[in-house]
Amino acid sequence: MKTKSILTVAVIAILGVFAFSSFTSTAESGTTKGYTIGDKAANINLKNVDGKMVSYDDYPNADGFIVIFTCNTCPYAVASEDRIIALDKEFKTKGYPVIAINPNNPEVQPDDSYELMQKKAKEKGFTFPYLYDESQSVYATYGATKTPHVYLLQKTADGDRIVRYIGAIDDNVRDGSAVKDRFLANAVNQLIAGTEVTVKETKAIGCSVKQ
Amino acid sequence: MKFTYLLLLFMVFQACVEGKETPSEEAEVSEEIDKAESYTNTDGKIAVYNFEGLEPEFSKSNDTTYIVNFWATWCKPCIKELPYFEEINSKYSEDKVKVMLVSLDDPKKLDSQLLPFVEKHQLNSTVVLLDDPAANTWIPMVSPEWSGSIPATLMIKNGARKFYERSFTYNELETELKTIL
Repeated sequence: MKTKSILTVAVIAILGVFAFSSFTSTAESGTTKGYTIGDKAANINLKNVDGKMVSYDDYPNADGFIVIFTCNTCPYAVASEDRIIALDKEFKTKGYPVIAINPNNPEVQPDDSYELMQKKAKEKGFTFPYLYDESQSVYATYGATKTPHVYLLQKTADGDRIVRYIGAIDDNVRDGSAVKDRFLANAVNQLIAGTEVTVKETKAIGCSVKQ
Repeated sequence: MKFTYLLLLFMVFQACVEGKETPSEEAEVSEEIDKAESYTNTDGKIAVYNFEGLEPEFSKSNDTTYIVNFWATWCKPCIKELPYFEEINSKYSEDKVKVMLVSLDDPKKLDSQLLPFVEKHQLNSTVVLLDDPAANTWIPMVSPEWSGSIPATLMIKNGARKFYERSFTYNELETELKTIL
């Protein structure tokens, strides 16, 4: 029994090394990590700033989710806070609530601790869950590399959550007042209208996830 | 308009060089970029570019190896690896290696944040500021593989390109440089 569990641990450790070594290898064509458009997104079960665990199942009436990997510290995440609050206000009532997830390891980035997440949520008056990816497994599964990094999910009739959009909130991460193209909002509106998302993936500068 | 053709040409060229298709989304997200311009701030220490102005600075077809590192003063892992880039820049200067540190700091904080940082750490590599909000356009031009996180590094020599979305130790950086040198 003991040998078996040691073996299991060893296998997990080896797999872990492989998983992490892929983060440090040069990106090769066609070997994208994490989700791509059309993939089914796994459920989450993460601790919110109010101490309660949150999963997608807590939202039976939602049509989908605006999942945003963000954090307390990254200047681009901070610059996006008001826009994220506005997105939740705009789309929660239309079936697409915001779920914010902090993927950073506070041992590497002390300002991204759970306590400081609580403080941030309170000070900014977050109207959405701000979840702590304590095991750092969710961001890796999704393939988030940075903050902010958006994954727009749409629920299907049989309860799957399909990735419909990946990337940036809009075309100007640093300055919300200069935004011309609201990539994410456009994608949500297209899903609400029952049409296909036209711009499925966008790029923006962000802070790398602190592993 | 002329630039749009150049951009398309560049993308096609890059796709050929890297042997991969450029994502179709790029065709759908067309953005007009302002006319290229570069200028230096008052004391002439840090040039400010948009991407169209910056790109020719490191993609000259000559025997120089350009190491282009995208960083910012607020980016911890970027700051940590800067000394390694500095060391490479001085150690390999006779091998025609040029390090270009492309800051993504807020242009409004050029004089209050970036310049003092560069002076305090006495950076000898070329430091420029990239002021171009149209990241969705220029990130794929640096590399189709780049998701947009920093630090990120591009090595270019005579049209050969290697892109890294990661942090480096000195040894790792030197090892990668030797593969393209």
